[in-house]
Amino acid sequence: MDAALIWEWVIKSLVLILFLTVGFAYVTYYERRLLARIQARIGPNRVGKFGLLQPVSDAVKLIFKEEFTPAGVDKFIFVLAPILTVIPALIILAVIPWGVPIRLFGREIPLFISDINVGVIYIMAVTSISVYGITLAGWASNNKYALLGGLRATAQMISYELALGLSFVGPAMLAGSLSLVEIVRAQQSSVWYVILQPVAFIIFFFASIAEINRAPFDMPEAEQELTAGYHTEYSGMKFALFFMAEYIKMIAISVIGSTLFLGGFDGPFVESQPWLGPIYLLAKTFIWLGVLIWVRATWPRLRYDRLMSLGWKILFPVALLNVIVTAVVVVLVN
Amino acid sequence: MTLIGIIFYGFLAIVAIVSAVAMLLNRSAIYSALFLVLNFATIAVLYLALGAPFIAFTQVTVYAGAIMILFLFVIALLGAEKLSGHEPIKGQRTMAIVLGLIFVVELVLFLIFRNQGIQPMLALTQDFASPQKIGIAMFTQYLLPFEVVAFILLSATIGAIVLTRVEKPARLGAARGKK
Repeated sequence: MDAALIWEWVIKSLVLILFLTVGFAYVTYYERRLLARIQARIGPNRVGKFGLLQPVSDAVKLIFKEEFTPAGVDKFIFVLAPILTVIPALIILAVIPWGVPIRLFGREIPLFISDINVGVIYIMAVTSISVYGITLAGWASNNKYALLGGLRATAQMISYELALGLSFVGPAMLAGSLSLVEIVRAQQSSVWYVILQPVAFIIFFFASIAEINRAPFDMPEAEQELTAGYHTEYSGMKFALFFMAEYIKMIAISVIGSTLFLGGFDGPFVESQPWLGPIYLLAKTFIWLGVLIWVRATWPRLRYDRLMSLGWKILFPVALLNVIVTAVVVVLVN
Repeated sequence: MTLIGIIFYGFLAIVAIVSAVAMLLNRSAIYSALFLVLNFATIAVLYLALGAPFIAFTQVTVYAGAIMILFLFVIALLGAEKLSGHEPIKGQRTMAIVLGLIFVVELVLFLIFRNQGIQPMLALTQDFASPQKIGIAMFTQYLLPFEVVAFILLSATIGAIVLTRVEKPARLGAARGKK
C-alpha cells in the first residue's frame, strides 16, 4: 500500500463528504424554491442573487442559536443520537461509482471509494443502522411526543426496509453481481433496469421515501399529532444535524436509485468523454430530487395504520413476487 | 503477524470483550442494548478484516439493524429502562457463578488434555466467503438444514401473527349473552 493510494482515498472521501454537505445546503434551497413554485409563491429570493445565499444565512442562524438541553434527558444519548443519524447518511454513498476510471498524474483512478463485491448489502447494512439515531433521539428526549415519534419512525423504517431490500434483488439478479460497479456495467451493455424491472423501480421509489421519512410518509414528524416527533427537543446545531441527515438521505437515495435503475453514470458518449459520467449521474440525481419534492407538494400524509398496511400487505408481497418472477426469468433466459 | 496487525486485532478484541462485559453489568437496559450493538459491530469489523465482507454486512444488517432495533423498540415501549435491585429468581447469582466456574474448568481441561498443539490457520483464498460460494454451499451441501430453518422461521412468524390477533366477537348478541 503506497502513500499515493492513501492520498487518493482521503481525497475521494473528502470530495464525497463535501459534495454531500454542500449538496444538503442547496437541496434545502432547491426544495424551498420548487415547493414555492408549485404552490404559486416565489420562495426565498432576497439573500444574494436569486436567493442563492439563503442556505448560508440559515446555517449561520442555526450555528448561533441557543443549544438547549431540557431537564431529565439522558445527556450522553441525547448528544449521541444526532451524530448516529448523520454518519450513516454520509458513508452510504461510498460504494457508488461516479464514472469510468480517469487518468490523472499517470495513475488510473477509479471514480468510487470502494468496489466491494457486496455493495448492495453494504447499502442495506448502513440503512438499517441509520434507524438508531432516530429511536435513541426519541427515547433520550424525555418527552412523550418525541418518544412516540421515535417509535413510529422505528416501526416504519424496519417495515419498509424489507420491501427496499427486496427491490435491490431484481437488479442484482439481472446483473449477476451485488457490486454496484458491476450493476452499472451490466446496464451499459443492455438497457437501464427501469425498463427490465419496473415493479422493483416503483417499490424502491415508495419504500425509499418511507425509509427517509419524507412526505407523504413523514409519520415520525406529523406536526398536528406529534409537534415535531423525535427532534422536538433538539435545537441549534443538534437540530441542524437531524435536518442535514434528512436532506443527505434524500440525495443518497436519489443517487442509489439512479445507479440501480437509471444506469448510474451511463449516458451517450460516456466511454469517450469520461468527464460526462459524474455530470450524467448528477443530472439524474437532480431530476429524482425534483420528483421527491413534487411528491411532497402533491400528496397529503397517510394515516399511520394505512402506511403500515401499505408496507406489509402490498409492497412486501409484490416485492417478493417480483423476486420470484425475476429469478425464474433469469434461469429460463440463461 | 506484523505489529500493526497485533495492535489492530488486539484493539478489536479489547473493544469486543469490554462491550460484552459492560452489556452484562450495566443497570440501564438501553445502555445494555447499545453495548451489545457495539459488540456486534466490532465482530462485523473482525469479519471484514478477515476478508469476509458478505458475512460482516449481513451481521450488521440482521443483528445490529433488525434484532437490536426491535430490542430497543420494546425497551422504549415498555418503559423498562431501569432494573430494580432485587432478584426475581432466588439464588440465580450463585448459580451463575458456579456454572461459569465449571465452564472455565472445562476450557482449561480441554486445553491441557487435547492431543495436538495449536496450529496456525490455513491461508484462505480471496473468495472463500463470497456471496456465490455461500449461496452454493447453502443450496447444495446444507440444503436440508436450510429448509428446516426456513420452515421453523415461517411457523414462528405465523405463530406470532396468530397470538397477537385481536379476537373479534362473532355477534354482538353472543358476546352480551356470555356476561
